[in-house]
Amino acid sequence: MIRRPGDVACPAPPELKDRAMLFYLARRVLISIPTLILISIFVFALQKMLPGDPVLALAGEERDPETLNRLRELYHLNDPIWMQYLQWARSMVHGDLGRSIRTGLPIGDMIASKLPVTIQLAAMSMIFAAAIGIPAGVISAVRKGTVTDYVANVVALSGLSIPNFWLGIMLILLVSVKWRLLPASGYVPLIEDPWQSIRTMVMPAFVLGAALAASLMRHTRSAMLEVLRQDYIRTARAKGLSERTVIMHHAFHNALTPVVTLSALLFGELIAGAVLTEQIFTIPGFGKMVVDAVFNRDYAVVQSVVLITALGFIVMNLVADTAYVFLNPRLRVSR
Amino acid sequence: MKIRRMLFLATLFGMTAMAVQARTLRIGLESDPDALDPDKSRTFVGRIVFTALCDKLIDVAPNLELIPQLAVDWTVSEDGKTIDMTLRKGVVFHDGTPFDGEAVKANIERSQTLEDSVRKSEVSSIEEVEVVDPMHIKLHLSAPDAPLLAQLADRSGMMLSPAAFDGDVASNPVCSGPFKFKSRVAQDKIELEKFDDYWNANAIELDAVTYLPIPDSAVRLANLQSGDLNLINRLAATDVQTVRNSSNLKFERADGLGYQGITFNIANGAGANNPFGQDARLREALSLAIDRNVINQVVFQGLNTPAGQFVSTASPYFDDSYPVPERDIEKAKALIAKAGYEDGVSLDLQAPNRPENQQVAQMIQAMAAEAGIRINIVAKEFVTMLADQAAGNFQANQLGWSGRVDPDGDIYGFVTTDGGFNDGKYSNDKVDRILAETRAVGDMEKRKALYHRANEILMAEKPLIYLYTMAWLYGVSDKVKGFTPSPDGMIRLEGVSLSE
Repeated sequence: MIRRPGDVACPAPPELKDRAMLFYLARRVLISIPTLILISIFVFALQKMLPGDPVLALAGEERDPETLNRLRELYHLNDPIWMQYLQWARSMVHGDLGRSIRTGLPIGDMIASKLPVTIQLAAMSMIFAAAIGIPAGVISAVRKGTVTDYVANVVALSGLSIPNFWLGIMLILLVSVKWRLLPASGYVPLIEDPWQSIRTMVMPAFVLGAALAASLMRHTRSAMLEVLRQDYIRTARAKGLSERTVIMHHAFHNALTPVVTLSALLFGELIAGAVLTEQIFTIPGFGKMVVDAVFNRDYAVVQSVVLITALGFIVMNLVADTAYVFLNPRLRVSR
Repeated sequence: MKIRRMLFLATLFGMTAMAVQARTLRIGLESDPDALDPDKSRTFVGRIVFTALCDKLIDVAPNLELIPQLAVDWTVSEDGKTIDMTLRKGVVFHDGTPFDGEAVKANIERSQTLEDSVRKSEVSSIEEVEVVDPMHIKLHLSAPDAPLLAQLADRSGMMLSPAAFDGDVASNPVCSGPFKFKSRVAQDKIELEKFDDYWNANAIELDAVTYLPIPDSAVRLANLQSGDLNLINRLAATDVQTVRNSSNLKFERADGLGYQGITFNIANGAGANNPFGQDARLREALSLAIDRNVINQVVFQGLNTPAGQFVSTASPYFDDSYPVPERDIEKAKALIAKAGYEDGVSLDLQAPNRPENQQVAQMIQAMAAEAGIRINIVAKEFVTMLADQAAGNFQANQLGWSGRVDPDGDIYGFVTTDGGFNDGKYSNDKVDRILAETRAVGDMEKRKALYHRANEILMAEKPLIYLYTMAWLYGVSDKVKGFTPSPDGMIRLEGVSLSE
């Protein structure tokens, strides 16, 4: 496209903007490929550095030396490490994630059955986190320096500092054992029985959401405080707008941008937290799968789960960046 | 209006249908079973699930006697090399395939030839399975094999439908047990439902059974208390009082067959180069320094049984001439002095980093210190510990064994020169010979006499010392009737019912 001098000050025409955006996205996707390869090598190497022999873990109470050797051959554990990696990478490229050496089940199926579980947990936790964290952040920013602010801050800090395994066990004891309100652990698929599914997920989602809510609250609060200092807020107040309109419409709207992107970036924290939460509530999700696999030295499972989580993380980062661009018109123009 | 009423009735009907459906027994297990294929299965919890899913040729009674299951009768020939078996008539697999001699032949051959079968060594003595007629088989053995019958009462004797061999057995096992496979979500649950054509269907009162792996014993108990589970396996000893105190829960216990003990590194690599590996008097001294009764009282609320030999009191092979050693500090000190360590001696004792194992190790540390033995506890993650054990990277190892119905499974592999579990590489020709002989002799009294002779040597040389026999502890909802725990730790569902 030829540009004339007069065009410079104008925003770029829509098609150029879209193309630039597309180009940007494509570049980001391409960059993520070497990242994924590096991650897979790193995880593979880390696993091999772990002490312990997967075949001994696998054999359990069977210790016939011949059987052990046969299993080693079968799973190519006698091959050099780089060959084992290439073998794995080759089948991965062909879309075959292999089988769990412990359960004998195809890893692809295992992941397919666990992904919805963790997604449901993550989504419900995020809803909890947003429902608690954002309003609390707004309120404590508006009431800065009052008792409400302090209380909100203390609660948020507790949310961040109480370890979720402790909170989880306490909730189980109180809500399930003492009051018998919710199931203590387990998982029911959403399609099988939506009501029961949500009931079993409420506690874990709350536990996982609590820490996120705290960090969302802190970020919302600082974003709000930042915005509330701006000149246009003073102008809005001076115009005689109601406090409610000023806060909700003018301040909150603008404070939301960093908060939304932050939410996407909290995905990593969410997955890390899910590992513990799923362990406590015995939820058969990604986190539990990877922990059990590490303990059993089920290399292929760890490898696949980490890679898919990494992929998720990269996608979420991409979403966060894109959302940022979309929410902030200034960034859109300059690109 | 009419539609609404019909809907209401339908809902009501649906609810009653659900109430009937509710006769599902929910069992909490301590870990997720591995492959649900009898030829690949390696875990203890896997065996619990198989008890409901797959019938075996032979079953085990609570007194550990072998009793008929799919085989109604068997006789072992005079020379011990042929086993004649009459099979049960009218048995069908879950897919409708009839059970017969050909099916037995196919199953045993599968255990022997499947590439990743872990059963090979258990059935290696079977040279040929001869199908005399559909309900009658003969197992021809290369040599007498006394433990074989007990193996046929475990996973080697589990019968899969030959029609299902080609499929993915682990994802959909087809057996002939009282319950058939419905679904499995790894790390979440295994669902089985009643098999209507089961040969002993009258004994089955439940409609379904679900196994849920819940590793944390506190969470397992919480689920039992909240009513989400009806029965939990491996109740923690510290929680027994809680169960006893709750009005709607029952506590059940059975003496187990497994033991906890200390294995010494006698000749496995550099780790063997320590005073305890080289001098049996020091091993004896450590054994004398330990008060097994106190460990049992303090760590396990007295629920386990102190032990001094490899077979449990629950086994008919228990040898009365080897009672639990009494604590004798003076004698221990004298032995240490005689070995030339008047100023004390130290030992690295590795133990899994689990609370109970660590508590036991700490008690041993304190008790041994009084005799002048400085114990350095090395806590290790389980799988790391297994590898270090095999590699000889240890001085002494505190570890247990879940126990087997036939005593051979509790000793042979642990102390014979080429035994798979002989991590300390103990070796004594005499022990090897005696234990090989126990495998060839069918008569129980004769075998007992042989084990007694092996024990004489093992007690003197102490490649292993025994601490306690583990009991099976269960928490059971009072809605569950008819549950009887057994020494092999299996949960048998015949006669078990669940009230509303």
